[in-house]
Amino acid sequence: MLDKALKGGKKYWTLVIILAAMSGVGVLTYLQQLKYGLGITGMSRDVSWGFYISQFTFLVGVAASAVMLVIPYYLHHFKKFSKIVILGEFLAVAAVTMCMLFIFVDMGQPMRIMNVFLYPTPNSILFWDATVLSGYLLLNITIGWATLHAEKRGTAPASWVKPLIYLSIPWAVSIHTVTAFLYAGLPGRHFWLTAIMAARFLASAFSGGPALLIILALIVRKNTKFDPGKEPIQAVAKIVTYAMIANVFFILLEIFTAFYSNIPGHMHAFEYLFAGIEGHAKLVPLMWTSVVCAVISLFLLIPYKFRENETLLIIACITVFISLWIDKGFGLVIGGFVPNHFGTVTEYWPTAKESLITLGIWSIGFLVLTILYKVAISVREELGTAKSEY
Amino acid sequence: MKIDRRKFLKLASCTGIGLGLSAADIFKDTVEASSGHSAVSTAATRYAMVVDVRKLQTAEEYQRIVSACNKIHNIPTLIPEKDDIKHEIKWIWNDTYGHAFPDQVNYYHPEAFKQKLFPLLCNHCDHPPCVRVCPTKATFKRPDGIVQQDMHRCIGCRFCMAACPYGSRSFNFVDPRPYIEDKNPEYPTRTMGVVEKCTFCSERLEKGQQPACAEASNGALVFGNLNDPESEVRKILKSNFSLQRKPELGTMPSVFYVIGGEEYAG
Repeated sequence: MLDKALKGGKKYWTLVIILAAMSGVGVLTYLQQLKYGLGITGMSRDVSWGFYISQFTFLVGVAASAVMLVIPYYLHHFKKFSKIVILGEFLAVAAVTMCMLFIFVDMGQPMRIMNVFLYPTPNSILFWDATVLSGYLLLNITIGWATLHAEKRGTAPASWVKPLIYLSIPWAVSIHTVTAFLYAGLPGRHFWLTAIMAARFLASAFSGGPALLIILALIVRKNTKFDPGKEPIQAVAKIVTYAMIANVFFILLEIFTAFYSNIPGHMHAFEYLFAGIEGHAKLVPLMWTSVVCAVISLFLLIPYKFRENETLLIIACITVFISLWIDKGFGLVIGGFVPNHFGTVTEYWPTAKESLITLGIWSIGFLVLTILYKVAISVREELGTAKSEY
Repeated sequence: MKIDRRKFLKLASCTGIGLGLSAADIFKDTVEASSGHSAVSTAATRYAMVVDVRKLQTAEEYQRIVSACNKIHNIPTLIPEKDDIKHEIKWIWNDTYGHAFPDQVNYYHPEAFKQKLFPLLCNHCDHPPCVRVCPTKATFKRPDGIVQQDMHRCIGCRFCMAACPYGSRSFNFVDPRPYIEDKNPEYPTRTMGVVEKCTFCSERLEKGQQPACAEASNGALVFGNLNDPESEVRKILKSNFSLQRKPELGTMPSVFYVIGGEEYAG
């Protein structure tokens, strides 16, 4: 089926070339990092994780969100998702690929990365994270490919696919829970030391991931014969709505606990992120952008009349995505490191090279996504089943 | 069956409920058990350090301790100033009381005391979070309590830096070798991309020597076996009030600080 990715129109090839070029820039910049060290990034002794790890954290959520399509379709036989479910599975593949690349570029000694499996350490959450992420990648590429292949031949998927699909459901929850545990189990990092972290991660994942999926589905519909259908999009929009409400609610719970208890350690990170500490306020504009986007998105999502209007829905999905990307792909990780363990502030901001590497990885991810979507869409265009009946 | 204090108290509490003991008694035990200050290690040796800041007065005395460590361990001290805060490597350094004990500050500490410096280093915790999170066992706890780092296995993921509540770990963001003032051929230099920290001078202990900082401290830093009731560290801790950094986190640090009143706060 991969041959389908080699036959495409002008639009397809333009996109592929742009993404490949951006990936190339990322790879070249990474070679510099490999030579010079992580000193080319904005990370420091005090803020020892930065953009890479926060992008990884955000993208684990995007990957996990495929389950929001798999559960209704495979567990509840919600037939309307029949066309869109493959988009979710392939998005998960692209997202996990990016996650792994972000972990890889964050390593000080990347050539030693197999040490994680050579010296398996069950007490380390990172060991489990590496394990569940690899597993999730395999599960989704296998399931997506096998179901698409069966669809192409006009048969039902092989009998071994179903158990894998069922396995992928708890597995999706596990990847994001384990990723939350990376943070939630560290003594002395008050911002992260919260039992609600995994729940918060899942809520933000189940709104941010499907929001991205809606955007992608509408782009695909505009540019190809593939149409996931109006009703399925609306069903995903409902998922985005309720998950986003839960996400905002969880953040408000954190704020209540920190400020009503009045414990300085619990308040500091929020103060740094939203007001700045002693003039250190690099993240403040970003965090407020996140808040404004969250408010706009809820305003557009909750009234169903707005949500049903696809133009407003796109704006809502974009604001959800921006809000969560800032909150999780930036604030959550950096906020945990500031102020540091001595009560002083060292700020973090990504450098240009670090940003190019980050952009390069996103490009690789979207290149993978473009190719996988191209295959899926071409198969259906040939079968004449590209249009949803819903 | 071996029963340690914690298990005993748990059992005792449960039995207590069964026997209908008064709730107050059980509660009392629980509070004591959860305070986490008891020495749980039962190994023959648990290395520890007592820092008696009363004996440190001049800037020169403080600097001598740090320099001794830097020199022996090939610490890159020449990292350009613009990157210094970001890429600094330090195994032992001096900082104020407020930074060392941020949760134990009050407004009315004497001004001189607020300015007083404290030598800070890896606490070689009995329950080290860095060891718990390391995905490759590159950092591990030895039977004698020293938390060690294998620079050849470390993948540079920096999870240990996120986990250490004392800021005791440094990462080689760049190749450290050009920034070493005077190389000590007896001790390995490090490559870029690995994490490092104080080792209680395990290489010197093997030769029967004291840690370099203790040796350079004129008796202000005392090193010894915390599990030997006759050791000097135990004697000092027995006769002086001492502090550990962030004891509430349950890490059980092996570095203790003996502080004095204002008359000592240089």
